[in-house]
Amino acid sequence: MTEIFGVPTQALFGQLLIGLINGSFYALLSLGLAVIFGLLNIINFTHGAQYMMGAFAAYFLLNKLGLNYWWALVLAPLAVGATGVIIERLMLSRLYKLDHLYGLLLTFGLALIIQGAFRHEYGSAGLPYSIPEILSGGTNLGFMFLPKYRAWVIVASLVVCVGTWLVIERTKLGAYLRAATENPAMVQAFGVNVPRMITLTYGFGVALAGLAGVMAAPIYQVNPLMGADTIIVVFAVVVIGGMGSIMGAVITGFGLGVIEGLTKVFYPEASNTVIFVIMAIVLMIRPQGLFGSR
Amino acid sequence: MAEDQYKPHASRDDAAEARYDRKAFIVMMALFLVAPAVVYPVFVMKALCFALFACAFNLLLGFGGLLSFGHAMFLGMAGYVSAHAAKVWGLPPELAILAGTAASTVLGVFAGMLAIRRQGIYFAMVTLALAQMVYFFCLQAPFTHGEDGIQAVPRGMFLGFLDLSSTTVLYYVVLAIFTAGFLLIYRVIHSPFGQVLKAIRENEPRAVSLGYRTEHYKLAAFVLSAGLAGLAGATKAIVFQLASLTDVHWSMSGEVVLMTLLGGMGTIFGPVVGAFAIITMENYLAELGSWFTITQGAIFVVCVLAFRRGIIGELEAWLRRRRAG
Repeated sequence: MTEIFGVPTQALFGQLLIGLINGSFYALLSLGLAVIFGLLNIINFTHGAQYMMGAFAAYFLLNKLGLNYWWALVLAPLAVGATGVIIERLMLSRLYKLDHLYGLLLTFGLALIIQGAFRHEYGSAGLPYSIPEILSGGTNLGFMFLPKYRAWVIVASLVVCVGTWLVIERTKLGAYLRAATENPAMVQAFGVNVPRMITLTYGFGVALAGLAGVMAAPIYQVNPLMGADTIIVVFAVVVIGGMGSIMGAVITGFGLGVIEGLTKVFYPEASNTVIFVIMAIVLMIRPQGLFGSR
Repeated sequence: MAEDQYKPHASRDDAAEARYDRKAFIVMMALFLVAPAVVYPVFVMKALCFALFACAFNLLLGFGGLLSFGHAMFLGMAGYVSAHAAKVWGLPPELAILAGTAASTVLGVFAGMLAIRRQGIYFAMVTLALAQMVYFFCLQAPFTHGEDGIQAVPRGMFLGFLDLSSTTVLYYVVLAIFTAGFLLIYRVIHSPFGQVLKAIRENEPRAVSLGYRTEHYKLAAFVLSAGLAGLAGATKAIVFQLASLTDVHWSMSGEVVLMTLLGGMGTIFGPVVGAFAIITMENYLAELGSWFTITQGAIFVVCVLAFRRGIIGELEAWLRRRRAG
């Protein structure tokens, strides 16, 4: 068997793939956080819980309604996004005039409620969700075995990330959004319904978390606490990237996933902490984040 | 953090405020002195440790305007170090507690230097991430014994003559530690240093333009808060003879935020009231497992939406209205 730096290539590419998978989820989640933060100026602590809700929605659709993965890919984000719209209308919209930290506290409380409720109902053990048939199995690339589903997750999340970037940077809707991020009062004066835009933006960001949850369901088990620790890592990713740019969030997400995967090969003890260590280093050298302005 | 709740204080007479604080302090101390006759002392000791923890946290949030979402790292780390010092090194309890406090102070210097480089929401995320790093360290480091934690920590003789195996003696030692910490925080808040901190909270750019090196003040407040949180954690480890991962977990960081929010951010006595309220609730809801988490979350939501001044904040506002009207 061939080796690189004393590590079998099989293991190296295997971890690299896992890193890319994790990176896909970091990218999708930090993208959602960045979109929400851009317009609402709050950090959505509920994001991890909403990611979990996406996975559960997929599970329910399959087991209660018999709707398969492809339906879930469309319906689950819509459902999770709808709950986001309700949360924004009922609660978050009352906080915009206050310090932004209240938004963080509110969404933290919501995360506790949602995760607690799901744990009460389904315990802490994971529920299985099988890979859709077309995507089961894999191909042998010669140097490694590539499961089809994992390749799909990486490609799909790249498409969603680039698509979101295109919408925000290249369409009229995106232009409104960017303008409202800069100066909401001015955009409102031009006759754009900014409050509705804020509501839909929150719904969209949350739907992205739900989508990530559906894609994660066959890989990790569907578990009430699956988002609880992930969200903290994603926060570190966001600090490293800086929330100024959409592309920055995506690149940092994938990059850190890969670094985490490589750490698992070369120094497994540090694989849990490597992202936090990188965050500390970035804070020392470039406190505004790699892609942040300000 | 709290533009909406501090404006009224500005008009308040300082002397009247000091009188009010003194009265409230006497009432609080009287309650604590007789408490073991009425309530289970171990429960009060637990609440006292958390009250000190919440007061330390409030120093940073309520008076410095810095929301740390990682204060569990100081509570938990100090607990581990003091438990290790008492059990493995065989130090007497007062030195073990000091060792724990010193450890979290040092941790506070490093975490603080990184965290104060960002403001507001980023500050919260950075502290949360750093605390998660400490959590994984505690999970993997050999001296913390991973999932088991450090168990059966000896209590020993405090200062050589106070036998902590007696619950009554232990109670009054814990009360003394809490009171010392509480008075130190009170002193800091009312010192010129505390005034500058409040100025930074209200308007950092203006404080900078007045010539204050705001990072120094923020770092000093952070380290002080970390050290006092460590004092609480170290004492707690000796009282319960246990240091475990629960105290380093992010949910603990959330809990202290909740105690302070519920009791009243930026009030002197709020965190104490909040800590007692949450610990009491935990006592009754603990066996219901997830319901405790759900209730905590619900309190967060209610406090943020409708009860931002907290219990003591509302009480003070009510007293002021009555005096004025």
